Amino acid sequence: MELVLAPWPWYISGPLITLVMLILIYFGKTFGMSSNLKTLCSIGGAGKYADFFKYDWKAHRWNLVVVLGAIIGGFLAVQFLSDGSPINLSGNTIEDLEILGFQDPGNALLPSEIFSWDVVLGIKGMAVLIIAGFLVGFGTRYAGGCTSGHAIYGLSNLQKPSLIAVVGFFIGGLIMTHFILPLIFTV
Amino acid sequence: MKFLKYLLVGIFFGIVLVKSEAVSWYRIYEMFKFQSFHMYGIIGSSVSLGVLFIWLIKKLGVKSIKGEKIKTVPKEKGLTRNLLGGAIFGLGWALAGTCPGPMFVLVGTGVFSMLIVIAAAILGTFIYGVLKNKLPH
Repeated sequence: MELVLAPWPWYISGPLITLVMLILIYFGKTFGMSSNLKTLCSIGGAGKYADFFKYDWKAHRWNLVVVLGAIIGGFLAVQFLSDGSPINLSGNTIEDLEILGFQDPGNALLPSEIFSWDVVLGIKGMAVLIIAGFLVGFGTRYAGGCTSGHAIYGLSNLQKPSLIAVVGFFIGGLIMTHFILPLIFTV
Repeated sequence: MKFLKYLLVGIFFGIVLVKSEAVSWYRIYEMFKFQSFHMYGIIGSSVSLGVLFIWLIKKLGVKSIKGEKIKTVPKEKGLTRNLLGGAIFGLGWALAGTCPGPMFVLVGTGVFSMLIVIAAAILGTFIYGVLKNKLPH
């Protein structure tokens, strides 16, 4: 049980993600979480504004159920399956984040400097979350997939478009982490 | 009841994402700083095994639960859409520290400010759908 409660190493987690994908494939489905954002648009009536959202979203309800399960899984994991150990970040990462003004990096899953309500209810904090979410939603649909659909499912299928998309993910991610984050979080 | 199996898969997926720390903003930052093998290990082992098993599934002609031969869905081609769309996604991924799976999982862990990220992501998806025909793909 102690092994379950401690953070899981990559060589356990990675294969378990493969297992999730294989189960969904066995059910005759695909693995891709960002499609749910499109489905939610369609349910909300986005078909009135763009043909892109006119499709049989009911055929994608199963994926919304997966996401609902993922929310429950997140709850169960922190409530019953965690020992509260901090994230074992590399020393360099902790140092770099402290320079950017982050207190106690790795002590929680997410930094309070970005996600606490004190920050989020300010103009800058709110803008950060809205811009970040918008870029994720816009980019993932433009590219036709996200980390699950392209990086895991697409690459597992040896899809060239997915390889290009993952290169794109890293171009964007590296620019943000190395050049833009230091501008946002200057002390 | 046909949805129950998807709910269970989702619960398992959510637990794995939390226990692997892949939902952590810090782990994404660390990954883009190349300061730890952790995220590369997760994605690398997951993809390697995925390649192996999908190859085996096709080779052996494994059938799905519905008795149909398992087929994989090809991704849409296009250098611009994949590279530019991917880069836009990457900017958001590194800023929010979360992608479209983990953002929901994190709501379950009690980070309710993540609902703002989700709402913005739905808006981003909507704006893409509206602009789709005007964008280069």
